Amino acid sequence: MSAGTTKLNVTVTDVVAVNELVKRFHFERTDGDDLPTFSGGAHVVVEMRDNGTTRLNPYSLMSSPLNTRDYTISVRRDDSGRGGSLFMHNRVKRGMEMVISYPVNLFSLDLRAKKHLMIAGGIGITPFLAQTAQLASSGGNFELHYTCRSETLGSYTDVLRDRYGSRVNLYYDDRNERIPLERLLSGQPLGTHLYVCGPAGMIRWVRDTAAAHGWPDEMVHYEHFAAPQPGTPFDVTLAVSGLEIRVGEQQSLLEAIEAAGVDPPYLCRGGVCGQCETNVISHDGTFKHNDHWLSAEEHCSGKKIMPCVSRFEGRSLVLER
Amino acid sequence: MKTILSRPVYGTLSPQAGSSHLLVADAEGASAILDLARQAPEGFFASAHIMFIPGRSGERFQQSLKALKPAQYYEGPSVAAALPRLKWTLANAHMGLRIYLAGTEGLIGQMMLAATEAGIDHASIQTEQRGSLARRMQCVHCKGITENVTTQPATCSHCGLLLLVRDHYSRRIAAFQGVCINAEDPTEIPQKEEIFR
Amino acid sequence: MGINFRQETFRDDFSFKNSPEQVRRFPFPFNEDAYMYAVNIEPHVPGPRNSVFEHLIDVDEHYISEMQDRAMVLAEDPLRCQSLPHMTLAGWDLLELLMVEKAKSYPEHFTLTRDGDRWRWINRPLGIDDTFTFGDVSTLPYGPMEYITRQSQGDFAILDQRDGNLWMDAGTVTTQADWSLDFDIGMNFFEWHAPVPLAHEKGIFTRALKFLTNIQQGQPARRLNWTMTINPRLDTSPENFHKWGSDRLTVTPENVGDKVHLRVELQSFWRLPRSNTLVFPIRCYLIKMDELVAQPKWARRFHRVLRDLPVELADYKGLTRYRPTVVEWLSKYDDGAPTSPGFSPD
Repeated sequence: MSAGTTKLNVTVTDVVAVNELVKRFHFERTDGDDLPTFSGGAHVVVEMRDNGTTRLNPYSLMSSPLNTRDYTISVRRDDSGRGGSLFMHNRVKRGMEMVISYPVNLFSLDLRAKKHLMIAGGIGITPFLAQTAQLASSGGNFELHYTCRSETLGSYTDVLRDRYGSRVNLYYDDRNERIPLERLLSGQPLGTHLYVCGPAGMIRWVRDTAAAHGWPDEMVHYEHFAAPQPGTPFDVTLAVSGLEIRVGEQQSLLEAIEAAGVDPPYLCRGGVCGQCETNVISHDGTFKHNDHWLSAEEHCSGKKIMPCVSRFEGRSLVLER
Repeated sequence: MKTILSRPVYGTLSPQAGSSHLLVADAEGASAILDLARQAPEGFFASAHIMFIPGRSGERFQQSLKALKPAQYYEGPSVAAALPRLKWTLANAHMGLRIYLAGTEGLIGQMMLAATEAGIDHASIQTEQRGSLARRMQCVHCKGITENVTTQPATCSHCGLLLLVRDHYSRRIAAFQGVCINAEDPTEIPQKEEIFR
Repeated sequence: MGINFRQETFRDDFSFKNSPEQVRRFPFPFNEDAYMYAVNIEPHVPGPRNSVFEHLIDVDEHYISEMQDRAMVLAEDPLRCQSLPHMTLAGWDLLELLMVEKAKSYPEHFTLTRDGDRWRWINRPLGIDDTFTFGDVSTLPYGPMEYITRQSQGDFAILDQRDGNLWMDAGTVTTQADWSLDFDIGMNFFEWHAPVPLAHEKGIFTRALKFLTNIQQGQPARRLNWTMTINPRLDTSPENFHKWGSDRLTVTPENVGDKVHLRVELQSFWRLPRSNTLVFPIRCYLIKMDELVAQPKWARRFHRVLRDLPVELADYKGLTRYRPTVVEWLSKYDDGAPTSPGFSPD
């Protein structure tokens, strides 16, 4: 028995332009029932059917976990991506029926924390919208530091300020404002947990600085879903199923495997959860690893690949699928 | 020797990145701090606080520990006497404080318990066992704790039952589990052997 | 049609027994003539009518008496029910799960009415009718986990998920197979299973942990485990081992049928939504040897399993002193005929 995701049939009840780059989508259950309760930091995988191509992208739930009437997600348009965010922005309209997964949480709050210190960059704010709502309802001690490109591109800055006042600190790049990270990290009471979500470079900066200041790994939490990158098409042999497949330029390896009728387990489709880890039987070429799951040694070993986000360039690749 | 996964595993102290350092030791545990000092970076002890419980066998380390010139140095007669100071220190500390515990399992366990209650994850605490292998044991029946257990089986100092000292260890109680060894047939009285020294 | 609840005891005069219908639905745990550890996990989905799997949370004829026994254990030793401070939210999750499942499966016995946070819970067998505010501990007589587990058969362990491991940070444990919640609370998955022999070397727990940490909402799983108990005693705790351990010396060829019980645990595994924790309900079913041998296939098979059990497992399960007597007694019911595959009686 493999773990996996259960599906929910939902209807889009509203689409709201938050600013020129971000749209918010509201979903309710098509059968009118309540949606499952979830915990702050959870995501759902949204299925997009686009002229014969199926894309499954993970998005953090940003609505309050106390609200089971509707789920909301926010999607930032990525004009150079593979088209998932463009599909959401251009094709998804109010009234449309869609399929999403049950919520899965790979970025959970550690409720033992004496205090929660949260650092968000750009669209990385979304899981914190749910987490702060959860903590505020139970008297949790938190502080949020949120950096955006400019005031007009800052999503939900006003909502957060209204809800939580001085517990929310905003920084705008176009005003050369920067999170005073070192000062912030050195002044926290013992037992504080640190959470970071945002661009890869920011996560690295926060984790490295925290480690250098003596923050134990167990108290530093981060979530970064890698988006599958487009790339040169390549051919793969699936040894168990006896299939030869081609991975297209705009397709991920996992999507190509699924299109051939083979269904590896998955939860996040962003290189984080480890579910779709696949053994490499043989290869002649170079791996383009893009995940946060395999260790550096495993990346070098040539024996494993995460097909949700990683690619391959070369003459032949045989997988145990 | 065969043991089980709940038996704590101790390491070797090594200096960690951090803004301040709290080092706690009893008796021979002091020698682990002195070994750590040999590889510590310049200025390490300027932000260090050493708490030492010499006991009967630790007096010979006092001068060497003081010579490390820690920012704070404390000596106390027992774990119980040192705990209020430790708890105050932890309650007023900031993230970036690193914790190092060395000596007997009883000391390591009780100090680790205070640190985890202050919000520090146990896995981030450096530990090293030195000196006596005597065990702290909780009687699963009456819940009383017997200190410095050296025999197998051992008598509970509270309820008097004869207990098998297991390798099963609870961080939350900072003790090994003792279970009645002759519950099935109380007329069987196994010989005590001195094995934890 | 409702359940016919029995009035019986699990201590002192030990008046517990199973009705013939209850014997037929007993979850016999052996699908072949030998036993070894395996990660025998399957999806926890509703099973056949009149089986213990018919409903995801099973309530049976022993319900009222088991709850009375639990109340006695908790009065004697409140440490059998504990929740570390960060686990209160998980307690509310468990309360919701158990109330919703019971009300859905047994509407004649349990009713849940929800109006926002205002909940009304009616438990007819135990004579309870309480209105409370979901999420507000001051509106219940106990914490949420204790409140609902005083009304639910089986032990409950709630696991927090952190750093790729599961941490047993809350539970109600009064019918345990010889482990102490008070001692084990706060331990991770490997630590609290540390005393189990043979399974670690086989990598069983590493694989089980990988599976369990990936259990998602809406996809519970289950497995069966077993041991044996002398007298139908629910509270076989290590705390009281010095009081019940000597029961094991009382087995004679004449009393095996009535005194010796096969004890089966139906363990299920659920993701709890608000807290992202897991709960393991561990439900205990007892059957007397006299009741078991009424099914010829079960008698033959259990004889072979018990006879061939590795010594380490027999020691761990505490069977060593009386195993030869029970094997000898069971051999009368084993003519050597082959048994059919699967769990069910022929």
